[in-house]
Amino acid sequence: MSISRRNFLTWIGAAGMGSVIPKAAKAATNKHFKGYEKSQGVLFDSVLCVGCRSCEAACNKVNELPIPDRPFTDKAVLDETRRPTSKAYTVVNKYPNQISKKETLYRKIQCNHCLEPACASVCFVKALKKTKEGPVVYDPSVCVGCRYCMIACPFEIPSYEYDKVFTPRVMKCTMCYPRIIDGKLPGCVEACPTEALTYGKRTDLLFIARERLRKFPHRYVQHIYGENEMGGTNWLHLSGVPFKQIGMREDLGITPAPQFTSGALSGVPIVAGLWPVLLLGIYAMSQRKEKIFKEEKEEALEFALKTANKKAEDKLSAALTEAEKTKEAAVQSAVKKALEEAAGSEPKEDS
Amino acid sequence: MDGAINTLHEFMLHTENITYILVVISLVGITAFWRFLTDRDEE
Amino acid sequence: MADESGAKRSPLLTPFNMIAGIIVLIGLIITAIRFTGGLAAVTNLSDNNPWGIWIGFDLLVGVALAAGGYVTSAAVYLFGMKRYHSAVRPAILTGFLGYALVVIALNYDVGRFWRLPYPFIMQQGTTSLLFEVAACVALYLTVLFLEFSPAALEWLGLKRLRNLIVKLTILLTIFGVILSTLHQSSLGALFLIAPSKLHPLWYSPYLPVYFFVTSIVAGLSMVIFESTLSGRYFGDKMDDVHKEEANHVALGFGKAASLVLAGYFIVKMVGISTANTWHYLNSGYGLWFLVEMLGFVALPCFLYAIGVRDKNVKLIKWTSALTVFGIILNRLNISLIAFNWHLPSSERYFPSLMEIGISVFLVTLGILAFRFIVTHMPIFYEHPDYTDAH
Repeated sequence: MSISRRNFLTWIGAAGMGSVIPKAAKAATNKHFKGYEKSQGVLFDSVLCVGCRSCEAACNKVNELPIPDRPFTDKAVLDETRRPTSKAYTVVNKYPNQISKKETLYRKIQCNHCLEPACASVCFVKALKKTKEGPVVYDPSVCVGCRYCMIACPFEIPSYEYDKVFTPRVMKCTMCYPRIIDGKLPGCVEACPTEALTYGKRTDLLFIARERLRKFPHRYVQHIYGENEMGGTNWLHLSGVPFKQIGMREDLGITPAPQFTSGALSGVPIVAGLWPVLLLGIYAMSQRKEKIFKEEKEEALEFALKTANKKAEDKLSAALTEAEKTKEAAVQSAVKKALEEAAGSEPKEDS
Repeated sequence: MDGAINTLHEFMLHTENITYILVVISLVGITAFWRFLTDRDEE
Repeated sequence: MADESGAKRSPLLTPFNMIAGIIVLIGLIITAIRFTGGLAAVTNLSDNNPWGIWIGFDLLVGVALAAGGYVTSAAVYLFGMKRYHSAVRPAILTGFLGYALVVIALNYDVGRFWRLPYPFIMQQGTTSLLFEVAACVALYLTVLFLEFSPAALEWLGLKRLRNLIVKLTILLTIFGVILSTLHQSSLGALFLIAPSKLHPLWYSPYLPVYFFVTSIVAGLSMVIFESTLSGRYFGDKMDDVHKEEANHVALGFGKAASLVLAGYFIVKMVGISTANTWHYLNSGYGLWFLVEMLGFVALPCFLYAIGVRDKNVKLIKWTSALTVFGIILNRLNISLIAFNWHLPSSERYFPSLMEIGISVFLVTLGILAFRFIVTHMPIFYEHPDYTDAH
C-alpha cells in the first residue's frame, strides 16, 4: 500500500498539485500508519553482550549525567536488578541462563523509541515528540511534571528528578538525538566493544536481524523484539533465550499505544454533542409534565368548585321548592280551613 | 512537516485538535439553537 | 440567632478546633518542606510509581466524591424533582470545595505547579486524556463557582448580580452535567493507556463508563452522608423545610443509588465476561476484587434497597458511609493497589507519612471552609429576602 501511495504522490507532485496532497494523504491514511520511513534505530544483540558496562559509561559521559558513586568498571553493580533512572539513561542487567548454566546473560535497557510512543500520546503539553529521525525526544521547557508519561510507558523507561525543587525534568534516553543529527553514532553504540549494538536505518536493522536469525537459527530465539511490540520500536532486540528470561515482557501485544485511548477520546465529542439534546429533552419533558400537572390541578379545582356550587344551587332550589310547597300547602289548608270554618259557622248560627 | 501524516499519533493530534474546536462551537451552537427553538413558547 | 450560636461556640478552643489547628499547622510545615525540598523530600514516589495518593486519593477520590453537585442539581432543575431542592445548595458547596481542593492538591503533586495552565496557553496535547480532564476540571470549577455564588451574594447583599446568576441556573446545570460526564469518565480513561500495568480484573475498555457510573453513586451517597453529618453538627442552621426534606432526600437518593449500583454490578460483570478474565478471580487479587464487588457494591446496593423498602432512614445513612468508603477503595485499587501489580513487592508504593499529612490537611481545610460558609451563608436555610426564585 505504501509503495503505491508513494507512486501516487510522486505522480501528483509531478503534475504540480503538491498543495492539495496533504488533505488527500490524510484522508487516505486513517487506517494504518507505518511510521517515518527513514527513521533510525539500534539493534541490540544480547547474545553478543558481555556486560562490560562500556555503554553505560559512554552514555553517562556524552549526556553529561552525574558521576555515579560506584565506577562503571565495578561489575558487582550487575548483581542487582536495575532500571534506567534520572541519573542513568541506560543500564545493563545480568540474568542467569536457565538453559546452559555456565553462561550469564546480559541485557541493556534504555528507551526503545516506539514508533507510536505511549509517552507522547499521553503528554498534554506535547513535551514528548517522535522525531522523523527516530528518537523520541523531550522538551523540558513546557513540561508541567504530571508524570503521566511514566504511567503510560509499557517499558518503564522515563524517570523523574524528584529531588529538584524548581526544575525537575523527565529523564530518558534520547538515542543521542543531538549526536545523530550531527552524523555521529549514539554514545553507547560507539563505545560497545563487541558489536552487540548496531546503529542504522530501522528497515536495514530488521534485515540484518533476520539474516542473523536465518544464519544462526540455533543461537537465537526466532523473534525480533521490537519489530511489532506496542506497534513496533526503533530499538530492536535479539536474544538466545526467551525474552522473558532477560526481563523483557512478552505480554505487551502489538497494539500501538494511541489505539488504547482512541475509543475514549472519540466518546468526548459524542457526549458533548448528544448530552445537551438528552438533558434539554428531559428538562422539556419535566417542564411539560409540570405544566400539565398545574393545568390539571386548576381544572380539578374549577370542577370541584363548579360541582360544589351546583350542589348548593340544587339544594337551595330544592329547599325553595320545598318551602314553596309547604307555603302553598299551608295557604291551601288555611283557605280550606277558613272555608270550612265559614261553612260550619253559618249553619251553627242558623240553628 | 511536509503535510503527510506518518504516525497514528500525528493523525490523532490532527483530528483531536479539530474535534475540540468542534465541541466548543457545537456547545455554543446548540445553546443558541435551543433558544431559537423555544423562544415562542407561551409562558 | 448569630448571637446565640456565637455564645455557644464562644470558647475557641473546642476539641475540634484544637485538632484542626494542629493538622493545619502540620500541613503548613509539610507544605514548606514540599516547596523548598521538592517531591523527594516528602513523598515515596519513585520512577516505577510516579503517581501516589495525591493523585489516587486527592484527585481521583476528590473528584468522585464532589459529584454530588451535578447529580443533585440535575435531579432538581432538569428532572424536576423539586422535593429535593433544599439539598442543592449543600451539594453544590461540597462539590465546589471538593474541586477547589483537587486543584490545590495538584499544585503539590506536579513538578512545576506554575505551569498548570500550559496545556491551554502553550501547547495543546489533545491526544491526552489528561488534557480533557484538565480542561473539564478547570471549566467545571468555574461552573461550580457560579452555581455556588448566589449564596455568597445573598450573604453580601448583592441582589442584582445574584438574580442575574440565578437566571443562568438551567444553563449552568446542563453544562455542569456535560462537563462532569466528560471528566468523571476521562479520569477512568487515564488508565486505558496502561493495560500492561493495571491488573486485568480492573483494566477494561469500559473504565470510562465505570468511572462515570460510580461518580453518580458517589454523588448520591455523598449528599446523604454530608446531610447526615450536617444535621448533627449544623442542625441549628437549618430551617424547617430543610429538616423536613432531609428524610425525603435520603429515601429518594438511596433508592437511586441502589438502582445505579445494581446497574454498575451488571456492567462490571459484563467487563469480566467480555475480557474473559474469570480465571483471575481465583487468585489473591481476585479475592480482593470480590471483596470490592460484593462488600462495597452488592452489599450497599442491597442495604439501600432494604432501607428504602422499610423507610429506614438510619440504615440508608449508614449505607451511604459504606458506599463512600467503597468508592474510595475503588479509586485506590485502580490507581495504586492493582496498578503495577506485576512489580515485586519491594518496588511497590506505599505513601509516606507526609503525603498522608498533606491529604489530611487538605480534607481538614475543606471541612473548615465548609463550616465557615454554612455558618455565614444561606446554605441550609432560605435567606428571608430571597424566597422567590424556587
